[in-house]
Amino acid sequence: MAMLEVKNLGISFGGLKAVDKFNITIEQGQLYGLIGPNGAGKTTVFNLLTGVYKPDYGSILLDGRNITGKSTIEINQSGIARTFQNIRLFKELSVLDNVKSGLHNHYGYSTLAGIFRLPRYFKQEKAMDERALELLQVFDLAGVADYKASNLPYGKQRKLEIARALATEPKLLLLDEPAAGMNPNETAELMDTIRLVRDDFEMTILLIEHDMKLVSGICEDLTVLNFGQVLTQGETSAVLNDKRVITAYLGE
Amino acid sequence: MNFLSHLINGISLGSIYAIIALGYTMVYGIAKMLNFAHGDIIMVGGFAIFNAVNMLGLAPLPAIVAGVLTCTALGVTIEFVAYRPLRGASSLAVLITAIGVSYLLQNIALLAFGSNARQFSSVVNVPTLKLAGGRLAISGVTIVTIITSIIIMIILTTFVNKTRTGQAMLAVSEDNGAATLMGINVNKTITITFAIGSALAAVAGALLCSTYPSLTPYTGSMPGIKAFVAAVFGGIGSIPGAMIGGILLGVIENLSKAYISSQLSDAIVFSVLIVVLVVRPTGILGKKIQEKV
Amino acid sequence: MKKNKLLIQNSITYAIVIVFWLLMQGMAMTGHMTSLLKGLLVPLCTYTILAISLNLTVGILGELSLGHAGFMCVGAFAGALVTNSMADVIPGLGIRFFLALLVGAAVAGLFGMLIGIPVLRLKGDYLAIVTLAFGEIIKNLINAVYVGRDSSGFHFSIKDTSSLGLDETGVVLIKGPQGITGTPEAATFTIGIILVLITLFIVLNLIHSRSGRAIMSIRDNRIAAESIGIHITKYKLMAFSISAALAGVAGVLYAHNLSTLAATSKNFGYNMSILILVFVVLGGLGNIRGSMIAAVILTLLPELLRGLNNYRMLIYAIVLIVMMIFNSSPKVIELREVFMDSIKKNKNSKPKEAA
Repeated sequence: MAMLEVKNLGISFGGLKAVDKFNITIEQGQLYGLIGPNGAGKTTVFNLLTGVYKPDYGSILLDGRNITGKSTIEINQSGIARTFQNIRLFKELSVLDNVKSGLHNHYGYSTLAGIFRLPRYFKQEKAMDERALELLQVFDLAGVADYKASNLPYGKQRKLEIARALATEPKLLLLDEPAAGMNPNETAELMDTIRLVRDDFEMTILLIEHDMKLVSGICEDLTVLNFGQVLTQGETSAVLNDKRVITAYLGE
Repeated sequence: MNFLSHLINGISLGSIYAIIALGYTMVYGIAKMLNFAHGDIIMVGGFAIFNAVNMLGLAPLPAIVAGVLTCTALGVTIEFVAYRPLRGASSLAVLITAIGVSYLLQNIALLAFGSNARQFSSVVNVPTLKLAGGRLAISGVTIVTIITSIIIMIILTTFVNKTRTGQAMLAVSEDNGAATLMGINVNKTITITFAIGSALAAVAGALLCSTYPSLTPYTGSMPGIKAFVAAVFGGIGSIPGAMIGGILLGVIENLSKAYISSQLSDAIVFSVLIVVLVVRPTGILGKKIQEKV
Repeated sequence: MKKNKLLIQNSITYAIVIVFWLLMQGMAMTGHMTSLLKGLLVPLCTYTILAISLNLTVGILGELSLGHAGFMCVGAFAGALVTNSMADVIPGLGIRFFLALLVGAAVAGLFGMLIGIPVLRLKGDYLAIVTLAFGEIIKNLINAVYVGRDSSGFHFSIKDTSSLGLDETGVVLIKGPQGITGTPEAATFTIGIILVLITLFIVLNLIHSRSGRAIMSIRDNRIAAESIGIHITKYKLMAFSISAALAGVAGVLYAHNLSTLAATSKNFGYNMSILILVFVVLGGLGNIRGSMIAAVILTLLPELLRGLNNYRMLIYAIVLIVMMIFNSSPKVIELREVFMDSIKKNKNSKPKEAA
């Protein structure tokens, strides 16, 4: 059973078909890339997968479970987490608290227990601190745990966003242009990080990217999107050498 | 006949709200801020006209011109001294500063003129219109108010759509950064916006005080709030919205006062606002802004 | 590390309150307390609780509420109603006052939840105007309401006292615009301080807990909060109703400090809501200790300026504008940084010059 199975997904905005007849199958543990020229509808696909938009038609199955039309919160609880094109961190919170907020649904105590500082509060907070630091350690961020998130340099902010997403214990991780705004060094580091996440967390990863070095470097398979429709899909090198794909990017 | 009379008075009151709301909505749309002190500029206009008539002995029309000039100068000065330094700061910071300006204007007026209510003599000398064989009487002030607001609406819409300055205002309201790159002087545009808004406030002041002759330093406060409600009601940032919102508000307020309870008229007006916003969160003519994910 | 730092910071906040209490008690006992200051002590507590609770909505949840006074009003009247109508059932004033506080908080909190449901899904400025509208509606409605009690129970009317139809044993509790009269003045400074401490306890502990993080994540980035599974509506309502309930507590305190409780534009209208907002903004959004200090200083300031008599409100307004520009103007902040840098440079270069 595939981790993600999307069949004939589509949505229109005011008469314009933003995404049409979108199909994709991703196996557990795959590093999969979604590429295409600007405006092709890639982020829209992500928004459809995470419940930000409800599709007009089509189906989405996550690990066999039908999540079509569910809310963002339900989808996250079913096992999809994402990062955003423009990094969306909780700027005023500390690095640690950003990750701890990702642990929200996995460690709990009632609000009253929190206000009256009952024993459960201390127990769960301690567990959350440990788990959060564990995650930060993976990304080499444990040292800056108490920094305000907005004070981190860009590359580290990106990693923090990934760490927070992983805290929600997803089965599928969606990364939206993770290398945006990065220099070649940072991109190389990011590639290692993504591989590490897949290996250590047994994660299935779908990423949107424009940086071809990263795409060809880590993605095993690709889907190319153009004008909201799938242009071609398949093994990375084959897809990247496909004439139609090159034309789509460079224009006629 | 009674109903018609209440309705027409409601439209008149609403026209005043509309003129005030226009000032609010223009400043909000272009300078992206809530000029909380707008209502108090109306009050200043009222006092300027009052003093022009009573102390300088001016005739109504020159007095109104004096009021307009005073308010325009005041509005432009406030923008330059209090709001421009906060360009780029959080909208909450600007709002609080505007509140400070509002307090400032009220207290300067209090010091200068005291808290005793002035009897404002109407600047409108148009005779009452009697229709339907004398059963329906429309006061001169009412006629002038409604006609004035229509004229202002037409002039403003033409100005915004047909002149370069007006187009510049539209551009700044859409995208400040792009407007600058296109060579539009944003500072000048915002100054002109405040000037127009304040001039309108003076006119509103003249009409308001002619309709409700009691003038105190606090006279502008509640009409200012109600006009702001009207602007939001009609869709903040929209000129026709401000007109529609203002008139609807005036009509609802007046009809409530006449047929339900004058005590509860304010509550009813505000309740209508809430109902509308729950059903249509951006107001009647407001634009829906899609947040990019 | 971080845990200890937090503990120290919170302790300082509580300590400031307790020290203030001790200071005031000391002044009273040694005869240094002016009657002016004495009369301000309970209001200071009231304003502090209002500021802290509003900061929960504006600074922690990040939503601009201009109707906070409405919740204060609801709490005040609910509480005063309890105290005045339960005199024969519960003779002890202390217990009645305690009950009044609970009822005031609960009713205000309930209003917060009811109002929050439609209001909290509106965007920024629209939310602000709707909360203002609700504040005015509450004030208006309470002014229009007549409540009486007689042998057959409670009676309500929106017309006048006589339409309540009370029998000879009847007592009018709420007289429309005249409000409630005869509320026993059960509020004391010490009780006020205790309520401030309780408010701090609730708010500070809420902020530094899982729910607090959820609320702040909504403030910082609603879309991201949703993407990690945080229930937006639930936490928005939580913050809003706790804030309202605490405003209700402040209202009860306020009501039991006067013999007549009437809803005027001055005490329960948007002017009051705005006054509290000024405290919150000047004290720092999200800075609980700051709102506390701002509330006290900004309430005392006009009184201390009484010497300047007519000019004090003018000075208040000027101070407000100047402070806002000084704190929030990007250009001024830049100038300050340049200034601080140049001082540092001078410091560093001095030893060389001396040699």
